[in-house]
Amino acid sequence: MSETLYSITVEINGARRIGQVSARTSLVDWLREHLHLTGTHIGCEHGICGACSIMLDGEPIRSCLMYAVQADGHRITTVEGLARPDGQLSILQDSFCEAHGLQCGYCTPGMLIAAQSLLDANPRPTEEQIRDAIGGNLCRCTGYQQIVEAIALASKRIAEGAT
Amino acid sequence: MKSPPFEYARAASLEEACGLLHQHGDAAKLIAGGQSLVPMMAFRLLRPSWLIDINEIAALKFVAFETDAVRMGACTRQCVVARDDALAARVPLLRQALAFVGHTQTRNRGTVGGSLAHADPSAELPLVAQILEARLVLRAQSGTRTLPAAEFFAGPMMTNLRAEECLEEIHWPVWRGRKTGSAFTEISRRHGDFAMVAAAAQIAVDDDGRCTRVTFGVGGAAPTPTAFPELARSLVGQTLDKAKTQAVAHEAAAMLEPDSDIHASAAYRRHLAGVLISRVLLEAYDAAGSLQ
Repeated sequence: MSETLYSITVEINGARRIGQVSARTSLVDWLREHLHLTGTHIGCEHGICGACSIMLDGEPIRSCLMYAVQADGHRITTVEGLARPDGQLSILQDSFCEAHGLQCGYCTPGMLIAAQSLLDANPRPTEEQIRDAIGGNLCRCTGYQQIVEAIALASKRIAEGAT
Repeated sequence: MKSPPFEYARAASLEEACGLLHQHGDAAKLIAGGQSLVPMMAFRLLRPSWLIDINEIAALKFVAFETDAVRMGACTRQCVVARDDALAARVPLLRQALAFVGHTQTRNRGTVGGSLAHADPSAELPLVAQILEARLVLRAQSGTRTLPAAEFFAGPMMTNLRAEECLEEIHWPVWRGRKTGSAFTEISRRHGDFAMVAAAAQIAVDDDGRCTRVTFGVGGAAPTPTAFPELARSLVGQTLDKAKTQAVAHEAAAMLEPDSDIHASAAYRRHLAGVLISRVLLEAYDAAGSLQ
């Protein structure tokens, strides 16, 4: 059967993107397959692992639990939107490298989105708040400790005036 | 893991949503936050021909304070409820329960009405609705009716919401007593998972520490969240201590006939229900008594 296509316009990482999507196309599939923004990963595809986390209107959500058609008219930030305009790593991304906050890297985009959302709302989180913020993101490599340390390091650098 | 094909309609108003429900009937499902619906569609447990999106209906997103109740639009997001200090002062159980609901990413999309309409027997918000005797306003093209929570929940993932109805508002009763305390707790495999068993209580006391009003209940131990109104009434006029709360909790647990599944046996669930009911009764009582 041919599926109805719906026209959507979404602001992604500051740029206006338009698309024609079937209703059942998940937001993460649209980002990856149609816009080739493959930084956002697909893990479980049913809302458990957090690898597909993105920001919708500034708040972190799971992009596998939303259909692309629902994003029409909204603003999205993916992991590609976290780096500086010149492509240099952000403070948070650099801290993940420094503190070994990743190993295989599969969960990293989701972790970065969760952590950046936390730091945007609360630049000086406690360890407990950091752990809560990444509570919806699974990592099978690090045991989480270095991820927590990486986010704490980014928080410290922001407090010291890093930009 | 991909949803089956469907047609999509974004409703701009509640009237439009009800009109579409009237038109498509059983073939349509409303989508609110989608945090349960989308996985169910991905697993092909549901195959609606139409999804009617109510996320953009501003009239379904509000929190309004009245003398004896908080009125809440059904599409109010869980994160908004959890952040609202004025709401937490009036219906503290909502914030207490939401601390156990999912994660930041799911609470940012998940709605209060969606959780109630999904009616997972172990979910937190239905338990709160059940023990507080929340009232649910159901809207259809033909008119509006109101059901108390006890008549809304019909079984596991089942409600008495009709195919052409949309949950419009939830009225959460506010207990006016100066000394009112509440507590919510649960045991789950991991934080944010569905509860094996959850328990909640709210208690008002007088200046002598005697209960003037009591409600409590459990989730995850029966087809619907379960309140124990008669046992709760038996505590009115009494002061509480651990022996008394344990005795009542034991009686309540004995009335349950929970299921066994991969997560917990029926015997363990009944045991948990007893332990957790006693715990929330004592916590709620202490919280009420500590208020001036």
